[in-house]
Amino acid sequence: MTGIESKQLVDSVYQVLQHVTDPEIDSVSIIDLGMIEHVEMSGSAATVSVLPTFTGCPALDIIQRDIVNAVIEVDGVEEVEVIFPSKPIWTTDRITDQGKEQLKEFGISPPPANHTPGEPWEIPCPYCGSLYTTMENLFGPTACRCILYCRSCKNPFEAMKPVANIGDE
Amino acid sequence: MAKDKALVELLYTLADDDFILAYRGSEWLGLAPHIEEDVAYSSINQDMMGHAAKYYQILEELGEGDADELSHLRSPDKFRNAVLLEEKNGEGTYLEQPNYDWAFAVVRNYFYSIHKKVRLESLRKSNYEPLSDAAKKISIELQYHLMHWETWFKQLMMSSDEAKRRMGEAVEHCWNEMDGIISLGPFADEMVEKGYVASEASMREKWLDHMKKTFEQIGAELPGELGMTKGNGRQGEHTEDLTQALKTLSEVYETNPAAGW
Repeated sequence: MTGIESKQLVDSVYQVLQHVTDPEIDSVSIIDLGMIEHVEMSGSAATVSVLPTFTGCPALDIIQRDIVNAVIEVDGVEEVEVIFPSKPIWTTDRITDQGKEQLKEFGISPPPANHTPGEPWEIPCPYCGSLYTTMENLFGPTACRCILYCRSCKNPFEAMKPVANIGDE
Repeated sequence: MAKDKALVELLYTLADDDFILAYRGSEWLGLAPHIEEDVAYSSINQDMMGHAAKYYQILEELGEGDADELSHLRSPDKFRNAVLLEEKNGEGTYLEQPNYDWAFAVVRNYFYSIHKKVRLESLRKSNYEPLSDAAKKISIELQYHLMHWETWFKQLMMSSDEAKRRMGEAVEHCWNEMDGIISLGPFADEMVEKGYVASEASMREKWLDHMKKTFEQIGAELPGELGMTKGNGRQGEHTEDLTQALKTLSEVYETNPAAGW
């Protein structure tokens, strides 16, 4: 196989990965969530490196299965391996602009672009954009989300927790 | 690679601490003081179980055996968690008359989380790369646990007389066992010499510094010396409570190890 053919295969793999979603946020592809670190082809064998959002995320097994099922359908791919490297660490700044828009459509306020761990952050309502919101629960239905309430449009909504690398003290 | 006993013992310490406290936390499911707390506490337990799984996975890579078996099939004397973390939540069981003590839950989790933060700060610089990588990821998640438990701790410590009394009792109880959490066990010197983790003495000092700040902020008196009255879990000394916990949590696994769940 030539380098160009291999590059085309990698592109095809990325294309099908656009349709693989986190089962708990199914409006956003795992690419837009910033979970795909790397795709590599060795002959007809694909290796997909995936970064978990949270260590104990129970959706990982399902995401792994969905990736295998999607990528194996690509012409020229005979084998698929999904690996979860321990670095780099997934951070919320990996979420693409499109991903942030799609999170809002799902009723989830995307995390701020820059955030110092441990500090408070402003969370606009995904429905009306108001900043007049209150945190009801730092934790939510999944590890990566929290629960808020918008005092302007009176809607409950969720937000993604900011996840950023912590510097050494 | 020759078996590095100090490294393996350290990993069991880290894994078992998170594993057993996450289990005790999960027994609170449906019983927490209000529904938002139920959501939060179970989320924290899920994170902690994930942290334990990560350490068991490193042990698996070191040839210690299958991660599921390490967590479910070891006998109590093989566990390296601190005794305070295995203790029951209170009288009764989650199925019958769970007269659990919320003050104990808050204090135990708060004290442990502060130590976990101190320990992770040193593990982030560990000479053993898989461990430093894991520590970097886990510290991010711990940040949220700390915010949660610190809020509960401070509020209850400054609340009604009954709250203060019960928190005082829980603080005394946990203070008397805290050295069991700080302990690194019989291989402590080797762990430190090899650059895997910071020394007990330095971690104890940092933990106490955090406590001094917190107690000052809420105007409470800091208790005296830390203790370890019920044995050192780092050398396999445990109570009946651990035997009971392991028996309950491994029931499904032992019934059918091949079952998917």
